[in-house]
Amino acid sequence: VAEMKEDRFLDCRGMLCPMPVVRVSQQMATLRAGQVLKVVTTDRGSIADMPAWAQDTGNEMVEWLDEGRRLVFYLRKGDGELM
Amino acid sequence: MMSVDTNRSTGLVATEEEVREIVRQELERARRQDATARRACIIASKGTLDWAYPPLILGSAAAAAGMDAAIFFTFYGLNIIHKDFKRRLKVSPVGNPAMPMPVPMADAFTGLPGMKGMATSMMKTKFRKKGVAGIDELLEVCRESGVRLIACGMTIEVFGFRETDFQDGVEFGGAGAFMSEARRSHVTLFI
Repeated sequence: VAEMKEDRFLDCRGMLCPMPVVRVSQQMATLRAGQVLKVVTTDRGSIADMPAWAQDTGNEMVEWLDEGRRLVFYLRKGDGELM
Repeated sequence: MMSVDTNRSTGLVATEEEVREIVRQELERARRQDATARRACIIASKGTLDWAYPPLILGSAAAAAGMDAAIFFTFYGLNIIHKDFKRRLKVSPVGNPAMPMPVPMADAFTGLPGMKGMATSMMKTKFRKKGVAGIDELLEVCRESGVRLIACGMTIEVFGFRETDFQDGVEFGGAGAFMSEARRSHVTLFI
């Protein structure tokens, strides 16, 4: 899989629901539209939570990778239009 | 394919598919403008350590998803926003056959002195080891992300609490305030 270039990196390893989504939302608030946040989690619930969160908040989950013990998500900040 | 004449004066004609697309877009626009879809209203009525988690987790998740969230704490749920919540929130194996115990135990023994303390510290240790956020951390997240924490005035009165017994930022309200919030919220939960 092609490596994506991120503007910001967020390490959520070891965190469980709801903290990855809480931290992602806090980080995303500091980015500009179009910028990409790379998130690494170990919480399997993120597989469902990240795309749902992105869709609800007008952001885009560009890509995600299941690396077994860790999950990697690339989220692109939307233009602020909700849902 | 059936055609719909949408504008007789200009003679423009839209296909059924185009009309459906327009309707779909309009519905989507209306849905986006529906403020109630972005509001969550949760009642927290239980005052044990295990039941303190769901309202705080869902409230903070709602705020993270860009929603306006409010949690109403009533009856035993007031424990969660009490200044002394760390000491007050406990979990008991009594009446909870689903609670995992270190050794198999007859129901009659689960009520013995010390059991509540043991179960509480067991749960705290387990949650910490697994990486679950503590109640204090979740309360902090709720406060930081603008989740309204509202204490039920009637039960404060009944239990003999004072408003000063509660954490900073806690608001006070009743069933009327809850209903006013709830009728403007798609998500309403009683926990």
